[in-house]
Amino acid sequence: MSTRVHSVRFYVGIFAALLVLTVLTTSVAEIDLGAFNSPVAMLIAAAKATLVALFFMHLRWSGYRMRFAAIAGLLWLSLMFAFVLADVATRHIPEQPVGWNEAAASAARAPLK
Amino acid sequence: MSSHVYPAPHFRSFEQQHEASELGMWGFLCTEILFFGGVLCGYTMYRLLYPQAWVHGSELNSLWLGAAMTVVLLASSLTMALAVRAAQLGQSKAIVGFLAVTIALGIGFLVLKGYEYYGHWVHHLVPGFNFSGYQAPDHPQVALFVVFYFFLTLLHAVHMIVGVGVLSVIAMMARRDRFSAIDHGPVEIAGLYWHFVDIVWLFLFPLLYLVGAHQ
Repeated sequence: MSTRVHSVRFYVGIFAALLVLTVLTTSVAEIDLGAFNSPVAMLIAAAKATLVALFFMHLRWSGYRMRFAAIAGLLWLSLMFAFVLADVATRHIPEQPVGWNEAAASAARAPLK
Repeated sequence: MSSHVYPAPHFRSFEQQHEASELGMWGFLCTEILFFGGVLCGYTMYRLLYPQAWVHGSELNSLWLGAAMTVVLLASSLTMALAVRAAQLGQSKAIVGFLAVTIALGIGFLVLKGYEYYGHWVHHLVPGFNFSGYQAPDHPQVALFVVFYFFLTLLHAVHMIVGVGVLSVIAMMARRDRFSAIDHGPVEIAGLYWHFVDIVWLFLFPLLYLVGAHQ
């Protein structure tokens, strides 16, 4: 632990920055940015989380073990998302092949039953 | 005080003891990231499958109520950080004061949350009980969004209630002068937990309130 003590003004400044970002994300959300609404909202949320983690949780001054633990948590989280999205985000319903005739196909399948 | 001027016998110094407990809390927070992350992963998956339903669903939540809860929670994080600062300076009275404000803001958040749940209940927007309040397209998919909304916010609220309990215990310990400038690990550890729960909400706010705000 580093017993670095910061001024009250420092913490109030971080809080003010977090408030500004909250106002920003709420007002930007009402503007139609097309496909960019969600990425912008998540980017602002990540910026706020970074401020809290670095300065309120003192990660900025913590030892390397604490940073390692925090990064490990994010790494496993991104692995979980990566493998799920690799499936869901790349799914598509294949087009039926040209000349495909559903009635003929089921007729051909019928004797196998 | 006199019984607490030495670190636990298996530690070389307070610094080492403090770092060990801090690392333990970060390890726990890692499991928490994945705990919430699992639900958020499911949320993301269904959002990709039913993007329009997520837009309709988030419109059922009041943006301003969500923003108000965000501000209350951020303020509680500020007072929590100031309580830890007071602990670093060995000011027991200030620890108790700041923790009391943090607890009050945490309870304020839960009251707002309860008010919001009450609104959903009155407007018949609780899937499984009565979801007749929503009569527009994608009915079952929107109900799925609302299930995610309730599960995520309830999970978060349970963490808030636990946090209020933990901070109450820490405040009582501070009242008995248990902490000093060199020995105040529990205050800082409890602070890490409180800030983490705040961070979770910082992500829940855009995911549950802002998706359809631009439409």
